[in-house]
Amino acid sequence: MTVHKLAAAAAALGLIAATTVAIAQKTSTEAIEEYREMLQDGNPADLYEMKGEELWKKARGPKNASLEKCDLGLGAGVTKGVFVQLPRYFADTNQVQDLESRLVTCMSTLQGIDPKEVINGQWGKGERANATALATWVAAQSKGMQFHLPQSQPQERIAYEMGKRAFFQSGGSHDFSCATCHGEEGKRIRLQDLPNLTKNPGDGIGFAAWPAYRVSNGQMWTMQHRLNDCYRQQRFPEPTYGSAITIALGVYMGVNAQGAKSAVPTIKR
Amino acid sequence: MKKSTLFTAGLSTLAVAVLAGCAGNSSSNLPSNAELDAMALKMEQSSFHDKGIVKVKEALTLDDTLRACDAAAVAGHPLDPATAKKLEAENLKAIQWPTDGKYLGDWKSGEKIAQSGRGRTWNDKADAANGGNCYNCHQIDPKEISYGTIGPSLYHYGKLRGVTDPNSPQAQEVVKYTWGKIWNAKAYNACSNMPRAGYKGILTQKQVADIMALLLDPKSPVNQ
Amino acid sequence: MGDPMRIRAQAKDGNVLVRILMSHEMESGQRKDASGKIVPAWWIQEVTAKLNDKQVFSCEWGPAVSKNPFLEFTVKGGKAGDKVSVSWKDSKGDTRTDEATVS
Repeated sequence: MTVHKLAAAAAALGLIAATTVAIAQKTSTEAIEEYREMLQDGNPADLYEMKGEELWKKARGPKNASLEKCDLGLGAGVTKGVFVQLPRYFADTNQVQDLESRLVTCMSTLQGIDPKEVINGQWGKGERANATALATWVAAQSKGMQFHLPQSQPQERIAYEMGKRAFFQSGGSHDFSCATCHGEEGKRIRLQDLPNLTKNPGDGIGFAAWPAYRVSNGQMWTMQHRLNDCYRQQRFPEPTYGSAITIALGVYMGVNAQGAKSAVPTIKR
Repeated sequence: MKKSTLFTAGLSTLAVAVLAGCAGNSSSNLPSNAELDAMALKMEQSSFHDKGIVKVKEALTLDDTLRACDAAAVAGHPLDPATAKKLEAENLKAIQWPTDGKYLGDWKSGEKIAQSGRGRTWNDKADAANGGNCYNCHQIDPKEISYGTIGPSLYHYGKLRGVTDPNSPQAQEVVKYTWGKIWNAKAYNACSNMPRAGYKGILTQKQVADIMALLLDPKSPVNQ
Repeated sequence: MGDPMRIRAQAKDGNVLVRILMSHEMESGQRKDASGKIVPAWWIQEVTAKLNDKQVFSCEWGPAVSKNPFLEFTVKGGKAGDKVSVSWKDSKGDTRTDEATVS
C-alpha cells in the first residue's frame, strides 16, 4: 500500500526517480521501527492501566480504604497532571519523592499496607506489581502534557545536584556510569538508540517514555524498574526500591526534560 | 548490608542537613559544591545493597582515575591535560603483558568473546566465563549488523594500520598498543568510556589474545 | 473470572473492525523457571465473539500464541450502536466475557 501511495505522489510530481527509492530495501532500523509502530496498536500497557484504576478505587489493606485521598502533589485525589511534576518535595514526609515511592507512602498511610511489601518485593508480584499498575494508570493521566518539575524548594534543588552527581558516578567492574551510555548525542548500544539524558532528549523519549511495556519480556516497567536494570547491566550492586539515588536521578532527568511531552505509557522492544 | 527504607534513609537526611543551617551560603540556599559532593557519596553508599556476586564495598569504591574524570564531567569540562597524563601513566604501569609472549590467539574464539555480554552482573555466577561486551559499542566483523556506536568502528582494524604480519617487528607498536588498550583502556585516554578488561579481571590473558587475533590476524573477517 | 479485556469496535463502510487486547500469561508449557523447572502450560484455548446475539467469530488457540494476545478481525454488516461480546476459555477452565458498543 505504501509503495502505491509513493508511486502516485512521484508520478504527480513527475519525479520518476522517487519511485525507485520507494522500492529500495528497508534498513534494519527502519524495519524495527515499523515493527514497533505495529505494536503501538494494542499496547498491553492498557491492561495495566485498567488494573491500576481498579486498585486506586478499591478499598484494600488492613485499613480497608481506597487510595482516592492520596496526595500525589496537586492535592488529595488529584491524578491528572501529577506525573509531569514528579519527583517533587512533600512536606508530610519531608522528602523529595517520585511517583512510585509516593504511591507506597499512600498505600501505607491510607491503607495500612507495609512499605516493605513493595521495597523488598519482586518485580511483577504482589504489592510491587500493584504499585506498577497504579503508577501506569496515574502516569497515563498526564499523557501528552509537558514535564515541569518544581525546583522551588531547596530540597528539590539539592536533589537535582545529587542526581547530576549520581549520573556521572562511575562504578562496578566495568567503570560504567549513566553518562557512559546516556551522556552523548546520537549513540546507540547494539541497535538500541540511546537518548542523551544530560539535556531534553525530546517528546516521549527517555524520562518521558517510562512506564513502558517491554515486549521482549512481557512486563510493565516503571522508572524504578528501568533504573534497577540499568544498574544491573552497569555491574553495580542493586539499588533499593525508592532509594534516594533513584529519586535524585528522576529529578535530574525530569528537570532536564522540562518542556518535553509525556508519551506514557509507551511500548518498547 | 541493611536495606534502607524510604523512611529511615534517603533524601530526608539531606533535607535535614539543609534545614539545619546553611549559614554563609549564597542566596540560592544550597550547600557548597564540596558539601554536595560529600552528600552525593553518602547517598550512593546508602542507596545500594549487596546482591549476588556484586558487593557495595568493591563496586562503589572510586580509584584516582574515576574520581578525577567523574569530577570533571560533573563540572562540565574535560579533565586538564596534566592530570590526564599522570593518570594515563599510572594505568599504563598497571598493564600485564602476555606472560607467554603470545599476543595473538584464535580469532574465531575472539568473535565469540566479542559477542558475549555475560559476566559480573548480580545475575551472573562468579566462576562463569565473562564476555567482552565489544559489539555493544563497536562495529567489528561487518557481517554483524547489530553493533553499537559508543566506540569507533573496528572494521579493517589491522588492515588500516598496515599490519600484514602481526609477528613482524614493524607491527610491534600497533600490537602492543592494541593489547594495552584492551587490557587497560585508560592508559591511553584517562577518561575513556571503555572498560579496563584485563586490569579489572573481566577477561583472561587468553581471551584478550583471542580478541587481538580478531582485530589483527590478516585472516580474520575484520581484515577482509 | 480472568482479568478484563480491552475491546474496541469501530464501524466503517458497512463493516465493524474489532480489536481486542486480552490479559493472559499464555504459558506454552515449554519455558523453564530460574530453578530449571518447567513452568506449567496455561493458555486460552477458545475465543468466541458475538455481534448483538449472533456468533460471528470463533478460534482455537495453542501454545504458539504469546502473552497478552492482541486479536483483530472485521465483521461484515454491523453498525454503530451494535453490541460486541467477546469470550475466552482457558486450559484451567477459567473464562472471561467482556462487552463493548460499536462506535
